[in-house]
Amino acid sequence: MSRNNRRLLADGIARAIVYAMALLALVPLSLVLLYTVANGLPALTHLDFFIHVERPVGIPGAGVAHAIVGTAVMVGLASLMSIPVGIIGGVNLVEYGRARVASWIRLAADVLVGTPSIAIGLFVYALLVAPFKHFSGFAGSVALAVLMLPVVIRATEAAVALVPGGLREAGLALGLARWRVALQLVLPAAAPGVLTGAMLAVARAAGETAPLLFTGFGNRFFTTNPAQPMSALPLIVYHDALTPYPSLVEQAWGAALMLILLTLVVNLASRYALRRQIALAGKL
Amino acid sequence: MQEKERGSTLAAPTASAQLRTLPGGTETRISIEGVDFYYGRFQALNDIDLKIQDKRITALIGPSGCGKSTLLRILNRMYDLVPGSRAEGRVMFEGENILTARNLLELRQNIGMVFQKPSLFPMSIRDNVGFALRLHGWKKSRVAEAVERSLKDANLWEEVKDRLDAPGVSLSGGQQQRLSIARCLAVQPKVILMDEPASALDPISTLKIEDLMARLVNDYTIVIVTHNMQQASRVADYTAFMLMNPENRAGELVEFAPTVELFQRPRDRRTEDYITGRFG
Repeated sequence: MSRNNRRLLADGIARAIVYAMALLALVPLSLVLLYTVANGLPALTHLDFFIHVERPVGIPGAGVAHAIVGTAVMVGLASLMSIPVGIIGGVNLVEYGRARVASWIRLAADVLVGTPSIAIGLFVYALLVAPFKHFSGFAGSVALAVLMLPVVIRATEAAVALVPGGLREAGLALGLARWRVALQLVLPAAAPGVLTGAMLAVARAAGETAPLLFTGFGNRFFTTNPAQPMSALPLIVYHDALTPYPSLVEQAWGAALMLILLTLVVNLASRYALRRQIALAGKL
Repeated sequence: MQEKERGSTLAAPTASAQLRTLPGGTETRISIEGVDFYYGRFQALNDIDLKIQDKRITALIGPSGCGKSTLLRILNRMYDLVPGSRAEGRVMFEGENILTARNLLELRQNIGMVFQKPSLFPMSIRDNVGFALRLHGWKKSRVAEAVERSLKDANLWEEVKDRLDAPGVSLSGGQQQRLSIARCLAVQPKVILMDEPASALDPISTLKIEDLMARLVNDYTIVIVTHNMQQASRVADYTAFMLMNPENRAGELVEFAPTVELFQRPRDRRTEDYITGRFG
């Protein structure tokens, strides 16, 4: 075999391995999606599912409207609390971070990312539930915000660090103040990465059960008031999936599918809203 | 011997550079007096004295590492971005020492800078030019006027007037550099610093930038760093030749003279060696 043929063969094998691994990585993702869609779709075909709340087993017309709204309110509040703080924190780490302080903040964020979410739930229970002797959607959203914060900080930091230094210099050379360069020039240039990080945090928060168990707690009734205990889609899945009643199990699958759809919609909507900025930043 | 001949023919000053130099000196715009510069404990510049003439083009030339870019970045205090750097001596501009200036934002509006890479903002052509003005609080109509004027002054208006909302990065390399010059002109600086503005461009785009400089110098004072001697001889009225001192590796000013003199009758042996291509 000539030298050239050997090299071509090696190239072919390497390419085959790369494709095989990529396909393998898609297997669990597609299995989870297909399985959830197959089992969850029946529940989503009833209008009741979206407009009614839980009913006792055997009584028709049950839904999870309270949990959809609960997830939306708690994840929404958590996003309002954590995403702005996380983004500004991440920008600060890159643009102003002095080596010592920045490394401590990075370590703290990394430890927080790795903290079991149930521990965060317990912390917020001690902070916001026990003193008031009252579960609340607000406490749930704080627990989710604590969970989201380090994800947003590190993703923003990584995205902002990739912005070419020439952009900062060009801005400063025009006589622009440093904070304006950081927030109005560098941050928009990092928009795609920052958005991905924020959406990752939203998806993680939306799917969490443990931090809500003793904060948002769950609620069988419809409420939009974060001062009340609130239900959430993962709580429905948690409570209903292992019951012996087929109707509740179907409801759990429906809630799981709903959760996936909600995060998908938020993701696509935010990408659409920022489409121009993403296109511009992608060409840097 | 061959080397020498090639160097000297290529470096012959053009007629235009000679003409602008002849009507005698103008006022000094920036006066660099005994400047030393350090990155940490490393001394990058040693005792630089240089007078930048008003409404003239001054070129800083010299081999890599001679400190010409460092000297340029002292003039608008861009070195502040490098931790541990410090400058000593005086750099006088409008009665104030730049090295101790408090208001860096005003200083950098007065002394603009064009970089080797255009580093356009992730925005439309229009916003690239108008961004700084908007942040400085200008009214929309005034920003629009300034955008048009700056693009015209940068010889770019005719090429982009029908697509001002297209992304800046959709332009060609030479157009991008002229857009970055327009962005710099928009804030109405008095001095423009150019750090190798054409070294990444093709010959035709380079000529356009050089033509543009020859026009801009009627209204602005220009300092250009270039590693291209021919470019210096083509565009500059005055040229400063810098060299790294082999003992302490600090950059020093070897010779500063009207471009014609420096290239035709260099006083220093090292200048002659450099411009005739014997090293560097």
